[in-house]
Amino acid sequence: MTAGNQRCETVKGHPPPDWPFLLGLALLSSVYLLLIVAMLLADLSFTTPGHLLAALRSPEIQFSIRLSLISCTLTTLLSLWIAVPIGYLLARFNFPGKKLVDAILDIPIVLPPLVIGLSLLILFQTPVGKAIERFIPFTYAIGGVVLAQFSVACAFAVRTMLVTFGQIDPRGEQVALTLGCNRAAAFWRVALPEARRGILTAGTLAWARALGEFGPILVFAGATRMRTEVLPTTVFLELSVGNIEAAVAVSLLMIGTALLVLTLARTFGLRQSLERVL
Amino acid sequence: MITLQQLTIQQGTFTLRDVSLAVPSGSYGVLMGRTGTGKTTILEAIAGLRPQHTGRVLLNGVDVTRVRPSERNVGYVPQDGALFSTMTVYEHLAFALVIRREPVAKIAKRVHELADLLDLAPLLQRQPFGLSGGERQRVALGRALAFRPGILLLDEPLSAVDEAMRGDMYALLRRVQQDGGVTTLHITHNPAEAQALGNVMFELRDGRVVVEGKTS
Repeated sequence: MTAGNQRCETVKGHPPPDWPFLLGLALLSSVYLLLIVAMLLADLSFTTPGHLLAALRSPEIQFSIRLSLISCTLTTLLSLWIAVPIGYLLARFNFPGKKLVDAILDIPIVLPPLVIGLSLLILFQTPVGKAIERFIPFTYAIGGVVLAQFSVACAFAVRTMLVTFGQIDPRGEQVALTLGCNRAAAFWRVALPEARRGILTAGTLAWARALGEFGPILVFAGATRMRTEVLPTTVFLELSVGNIEAAVAVSLLMIGTALLVLTLARTFGLRQSLERVL
Repeated sequence: MITLQQLTIQQGTFTLRDVSLAVPSGSYGVLMGRTGTGKTTILEAIAGLRPQHTGRVLLNGVDVTRVRPSERNVGYVPQDGALFSTMTVYEHLAFALVIRREPVAKIAKRVHELADLLDLAPLLQRQPFGLSGGERQRVALGRALAFRPGILLLDEPLSAVDEAMRGDMYALLRRVQQDGGVTTLHITHNPAEAQALGNVMFELRDGRVVVEGKTS
């Protein structure tokens, strides 16, 4: 036998068993899972249906539910409107300064939320910001709630769309070009339909992110009842006056809504993939 | 006629220099060469998908070097088809005609004509997922032929086709080319495939195209 094709020595005796590795995986995973479930159970044990109903009957909380639902939906639509073109641009084209653009788009993800709120506040104190506010009020206004949510949520939608378009083979669009499409038609007819599941994921992520946004809203839009109050603001306001029951009830409402949206999105996504398989 | 005149194409660190070839009108040209020698790059340059640094591309005597892919009137079948995952086979065959805003009745007629030619009639409502290699290639071929292009470019069209189906595909490609009189350039690294189909042979060797010969 030559040195080139020498066989490896067989493992002496039996290789060590797999169960310690699998047990380690299960234990470490269950620690985090238990923490999440324990938090939810603790919230549930702290509230009663009566507390929940009382919270739902409160006009302030009803307002904050409505504003949360409307602002999150607006934020999601705006985020997708911006994230889809940015994701496509970065996934398909090379241009000078692309790495810089990519890094800038990550800033809202890594920046502390309070700093985003403060930056927005300062931006709208500049002459340009003041000029814009003459037409659309943002500071301490409902517009500010949406803008604060959008500033953070859009970054997550952009990341998702960049990954989505990066995974779609550009050759489909190239073939479309040879078949008579211009770039816009290739995008609308080929790339965008293929990205639909990614768009759904980006939208869900943006919506959930916007629902939980608090820091930038508090700083930029304020926490005025019946005006700029969204669900996280309600939790904060109720906590600050010692009404823990109402704070927990609203928290559970948010958890329920977030779970519902995530489940709907996943079920919808799954159904589509099943349709494709069948 | 497909004419390349001293084409230089750079793609990352890979460069093809001074590539020249001519496929006469109505001929079936086959370009051979080992994997990684740049055959696909040449095809993409003819289709207008790859910018070239110097040289010219002429299709039927017209200089299309700076013409967009959509205006070159070239049918392009990339390797493994690159089918549109969200569209049915019918929508694939209709695609180029829908873009050209042809009347619905005319589109339907052409789609059924192609479905008969390519034996795709039972598959018209299917999506690409689950189609066999041969079926995918026939859909890609039909999609490229729908608008009756003057030039047909085939990038290893038989690489995903079962050995048993190859004979049928040879016959089909010959029929498509002869019936439509379309000038074809087919790339492959399979000599048997080249012999079976080509009447003008080229080989890409060390970055240069060598004319290997002609068969009747």
